[in-house]
Amino acid sequence: MSKKMSTQEILEDKDFQLLSSQKLSISTILTILELVLYFGFIALIAFNKPFLSQKLSGAITVGIPIAVGTIVLSWIFTGIYIRWANNTYDVLVKKVKEKIGG
Amino acid sequence: MPQATQTIIGQFNPVAVMFFLLFVLSTLAITYWAAKRTRTTKDFYAAGRSVTGFQNGLALAGDYMSAASFLGIAGLVSTKGYDGLIYSVGWLVGWPIIMFLISEPLRNLGKYTFADVVAYRLRQRPIRAAAAAGSLVTVLTYLIAQMVGAGTLIKLMFGLPFELAVVLVGTLMISYVIFGGMIATTWVQIIKATLLLGGATLLVVMTMAQFGFSYGNLFAQAEKLYTNKFLEPGGLITSPLDAFSLGLALMFGTAGLPHILMRFYTVPDARQARKSVFVATGFIGYFYILTVTIGFGAAVLVGRDVIMSIDKGGNMAGPMLAEVLGGNLFLGFLAAVAFATILAVVSGLTLAGASAFSHDLFVGVIRRGVAAEKEEVKVAKIATVGLGITAMLLGILFKGQNVAFLVGLTFAIAASANFPALLMSITWKKFTTNGAVYSIYTGLFMATILIVLSPTVWVDIVHKSEKAVVEKEVKTLEEASKAKITALETEKATSKNLPAIDTSIAAEKQQAEVRIKEAKAKMPKAIFPLKNPGIFSMAAAFLVGILFSLFGREKEAEAKYEDEKLRSYIGIGAE
Repeated sequence: MSKKMSTQEILEDKDFQLLSSQKLSISTILTILELVLYFGFIALIAFNKPFLSQKLSGAITVGIPIAVGTIVLSWIFTGIYIRWANNTYDVLVKKVKEKIGG
Repeated sequence: MPQATQTIIGQFNPVAVMFFLLFVLSTLAITYWAAKRTRTTKDFYAAGRSVTGFQNGLALAGDYMSAASFLGIAGLVSTKGYDGLIYSVGWLVGWPIIMFLISEPLRNLGKYTFADVVAYRLRQRPIRAAAAAGSLVTVLTYLIAQMVGAGTLIKLMFGLPFELAVVLVGTLMISYVIFGGMIATTWVQIIKATLLLGGATLLVVMTMAQFGFSYGNLFAQAEKLYTNKFLEPGGLITSPLDAFSLGLALMFGTAGLPHILMRFYTVPDARQARKSVFVATGFIGYFYILTVTIGFGAAVLVGRDVIMSIDKGGNMAGPMLAEVLGGNLFLGFLAAVAFATILAVVSGLTLAGASAFSHDLFVGVIRRGVAAEKEEVKVAKIATVGLGITAMLLGILFKGQNVAFLVGLTFAIAASANFPALLMSITWKKFTTNGAVYSIYTGLFMATILIVLSPTVWVDIVHKSEKAVVEKEVKTLEEASKAKITALETEKATSKNLPAIDTSIAAEKQQAEVRIKEAKAKMPKAIFPLKNPGIFSMAAAFLVGILFSLFGREKEAEAKYEDEKLRSYIGIGAE
């Protein structure tokens, strides 16, 4: 590959640093949110069964929308990541690539 | 309310056979078409990297939604209610982790297997050997569980002998993989995922039509039949530590399954890789919500006792519901879909195992990274046949055994041997060859040994007969005490000396409690108390990886980290 910049230069490039630090923080934050979501659900089951057993409406207990919500929220998190990656990350990657000329 | 009293499940079902033949013929036609397009290693392992993000998302869903989750979770919900729902949540939460931490670097850094990534800047041979061991054990344990499940389910649904079912599944799976490689496997997954999602959707629509399309009505009926306990968390989670441990294994095990990781090399770039996770997570989540609905629907419309009379684990809840609502035609269709599901999952597993053998062990270790493409593909095909036959033999050997622990083991090993090394190699500059190798072997051995010493194997399998003796004794004691109390109570109705009888009832209750407690104390105890070792084996793998890396620096690996970082983030030089 023909590069206009050395690896060191690219790593020190502002756009690359922005892109890598943003990606790291977004990935970390979303991973932590997912862990909190799932293990929070498990903790509720382990430590507070009565809360989940409360009736919400009719026969439906609080636990049912919480479980389904965990599934749906997990998917929404992946959607948030995709949105960020498509709108911000890919743009920065393109910018850096143009600088390198690769 | 329709109650199924008679079922044709387990009998020869011409409709099911017809649908199944249709599936086999069309997938074999695709395999023939794929075979003509499979020449290079890139075609064989990665479908020429020509799969789109959406297609790969469907294929990932196809790889992941096994017959065990389709039939098993519906069965668990239909017999245990809310607990089945808890279980299904655990199967989904690993996917976001794959997206946030793994998918893009994996795609940018690797070529065909996840070992490519771990070995990117480390010494090739020891890493390849260790990663191949991790992959092969994961694949093989999962494959055996699937094979035994396949034989049992097909026997239950079609009345076909266990051995014949295993051989049939094995032969078809080998054919897809050796002739059509990843191209055929991908299309088998896509077709299967579409059929499964379509069939489950149809079943849910027909179910909900019975309840005026209102979940409120469905749950109200379920509550009426099985009390409010059915809609509350029950006995699935007793010890919090056990629950966390299983949760960790499920979550990070998903991100360490070789056949899932391998699929990311079939798309052209990191953008498509992440898109495929989004699509897969959506479909899998949707599928679990359908499955849970099917479970509750079956509990109401078929009835828990009827379901359990066919299969104690409730595995036939879905098919029985289909029979009640759509007759023989729908049952036949769904049975064929379940069969297709099994086939697709084992094909993906076999291809991943064969790749670990040929790409990592043969080329990476034996040939030190140099081999002609033709030879590599040939070795992969031989490995496919070898692995397929091994899986069939072990499947038959494990016939009638309790293999539930194998699935737990698969996820524990994937989370402990594969995931930590993969994550550290992507993110940590100071990670070394020794760190990776010892981390993988620690995860592998700890997970395996602790599972053997855990209640699932040590009590349920190794000390099965002792456990049965104690259970029988407890049951006898309970029944004897119950009979005694009933007798005393009958006496109470006619007797005048009420206080004396009340005292005897209380005394009897107390004595029985002591006796039962004594009997229960004789229950064989597991050496390792948790059902799933995830929390310990994963922590140990990380710890060993970190310690070995800190105590022996590897300058060469550190120097290459910058190139790795560049490629990982922006995909320069990605294949």
